[in-house]
Amino acid sequence: MTSIQAAQKTMTLVGAVNEALHLILERDERAIVLGEDVGVNGGVFRATEGLFERFGGQRVIDTPLGESGFVGAAIGMAAAGLKPIVEIQFLGFIYPAFEQIVSHAARLRVRSQGRFSVPIVIRAPYGAGVRAPEIHSDSTEAFFVHMPGLKVAVPSTPADAKGLLLAAYEDPDPVIFLEPMRLYRSARGEVPPGWAPVPLGRARLVREGEDVTVIAWGAMVPVAEQASRMAAEAGIDVELLDLRTLYPLDRQAIARSVEKTGRAVIVQEAHDTLGVASHIVAIIQDEAFYAQKAPPRRVSGFDVPVPLMAYEDLYLPTPEKVLAAVREVMAG
Amino acid sequence: MLELSPPFTEGGSGEALFPLWRLVDEEGRWTDERWADRFSPEWIETAYRHMLRARRFDRKCLSLQRQGRIGTYAPYEGQEAAQVGSALALGPGDWLFPTYRDHAAAMTFGQPLGRILLYWKGRYEGGIPNEGRKIFPPSVPIATQLPHAVGAAFAERFLNTPHVALVYFGDGATSEGDFHEALNLASVWNVPVVFFNQNNGYAISTPLDKQMKSKTIAQRALGYDLPGIRVDGNDVFAVYAATKAAVERARSGGGPALIEAVTWRYGAHTTADDPRRYRDQSESDRLREKSDPLLRVERILERLGRFDAEAKTRWLTAIDAEIEAAVREMESASPVSEADLFRHVFAESPDAPA
Ligand SMILES: Cc1ncc(C[n+]2csc(CCOP(=O)(O)OP(=O)(O)O)c2C)c(N)n1
Repeated sequence: MTSIQAAQKTMTLVGAVNEALHLILERDERAIVLGEDVGVNGGVFRATEGLFERFGGQRVIDTPLGESGFVGAAIGMAAAGLKPIVEIQFLGFIYPAFEQIVSHAARLRVRSQGRFSVPIVIRAPYGAGVRAPEIHSDSTEAFFVHMPGLKVAVPSTPADAKGLLLAAYEDPDPVIFLEPMRLYRSARGEVPPGWAPVPLGRARLVREGEDVTVIAWGAMVPVAEQASRMAAEAGIDVELLDLRTLYPLDRQAIARSVEKTGRAVIVQEAHDTLGVASHIVAIIQDEAFYAQKAPPRRVSGFDVPVPLMAYEDLYLPTPEKVLAAVREVMAG
Repeated sequence: MLELSPPFTEGGSGEALFPLWRLVDEEGRWTDERWADRFSPEWIETAYRHMLRARRFDRKCLSLQRQGRIGTYAPYEGQEAAQVGSALALGPGDWLFPTYRDHAAAMTFGQPLGRILLYWKGRYEGGIPNEGRKIFPPSVPIATQLPHAVGAAFAERFLNTPHVALVYFGDGATSEGDFHEALNLASVWNVPVVFFNQNNGYAISTPLDKQMKSKTIAQRALGYDLPGIRVDGNDVFAVYAATKAAVERARSGGGPALIEAVTWRYGAHTTADDPRRYRDQSESDRLREKSDPLLRVERILERLGRFDAEAKTRWLTAIDAEIEAAVREMESASPVSEADLFRHVFAESPDAPA
């Protein structure tokens, strides 16, 4: 056993987020955490647990309600030299702050020609599948991916949750950091010790395969993994990519894989219309058109508002739906 | 049987709680002589020349717009005392958060006229603050700059500096959520920010009495346990005194404050607006005759022996030369290029060709 392996720790995805936040606040006196219930309570998912006790109420701030107000304030803090890490309690409650994010966070650098910048991280638990109440389960990453000036990261493993969050903190520009609620405690895994950032903009090859490329992110990665195992039993060799960052997007990784397999299935829990999957199809047409053996397929959430929890399983992509799409492109 | 009713506190006391405070009336008379000694003749001349410069620049912008040399423009004529008086209260390390109508404040605080023209010509250079100055690019989405000022003030306090933030906004902005969220945050955090409202009577076509039932904006301070004051926004002395007090109070750890400067926009909302569609412009003309913010300062300077036609001509000559130089700077800026679009979107462009 090497010393590095010895120091690896097994933890949950939310635990990895927590560890990254501890490391950031330890390293940088100008880093602060703010949001609703992030202090004394340690966050409704306990992502910020222990920070208040360790770093105090000056740096771990329980804000009043008002997402627009405290995201706007974080923009001012960042422009004035701090490194705020903002928690939005659930992605479905980020909309009051949408204007601050798209009209200011995303643009201040260009509007001031680099004189001011907004190095903030906005963390938000997101996605369906945990039987949460209404509005708590949205997967509207495309809103932010669409907006130039923002970066969007979505981990699916504890190691990436820690590594991408460290990279998001190091990034000089605003990063929307989406944490799949469904994986908070169900995803457990080895996490490298210490300061181990995972660069933004690089996909992770989850498994190598020859027949079809499956592309997923966030909570859809384990779904796609299960579908890949089911496909293997049926003799189909799936290559699985976890994008990890939706902006910037790892075009090369997508192109390279589809060049090899000639087939692609993209899995997203977001609504289909103008979701990120559609853009990935466009990239495949740009970069790997002549390698294709079949039209690419998208497996998405339906074009209906994310439903109440009784319908959740009907809404979400399942391994069976992914497998059906894989069979379809194999037949094509 | 006795009539019983729960003890509501009635509304409607805003004007009584926040009477209009002024130091100099329309005729240039001190309303409270004790304050006269607080303003040196040099300060008065400086304030006046800033106001004159602001007015001259505003008129030049209107004419540049009519000639198609800049784009749609938001004039501030009538609001010079409010903007100049408040901006003069800042120290060099302080923050200024303007809207699209506050370039008189920005230029008083050191923003070069050429930059301001470039902004109205639609160029990004217009958002760059003058070297050493912390001036945000003008905020266009109404009220969104207020939380930024709260955050900057938070950061200054966090970093143990003596700097404060001054943020401008109109009467219409007080109906937006960000106004309320910002006042609440500032109050809970007790950070050094001064909320400076210019109540110019209208939000485009919407008059104050359609914007709110309350008669004053200053009374909003009560809801957040902030000190508030309602000043004659056309009285540069009252504006300066109130802002200076709020700024220094914030600087010494006293927390935020709300100032309502009651003023009037004489002209259109922007060059794309025709105010005759929603108000009788003769009302504006009458108000201008009566309470033009420059006139009362001229009267005081006259009494001090510092103002006459000759002095005004001399000052205007210098101002016009500065403005002409700024226009030349704007018009000689190198043509825009496609590469400009990509610069500064990110610190390092993810799309930059390898
Ligand atoms: C969020 C938002 N809504 C609408 C507009 C369009 N708009 C521009 S100025 C304005 C009125 C603002 O009035 P006020 O706050 O009183 O400021 P003033 O223009 O009088 O200085 C409106 C509605 C905007 N810029 N931002």
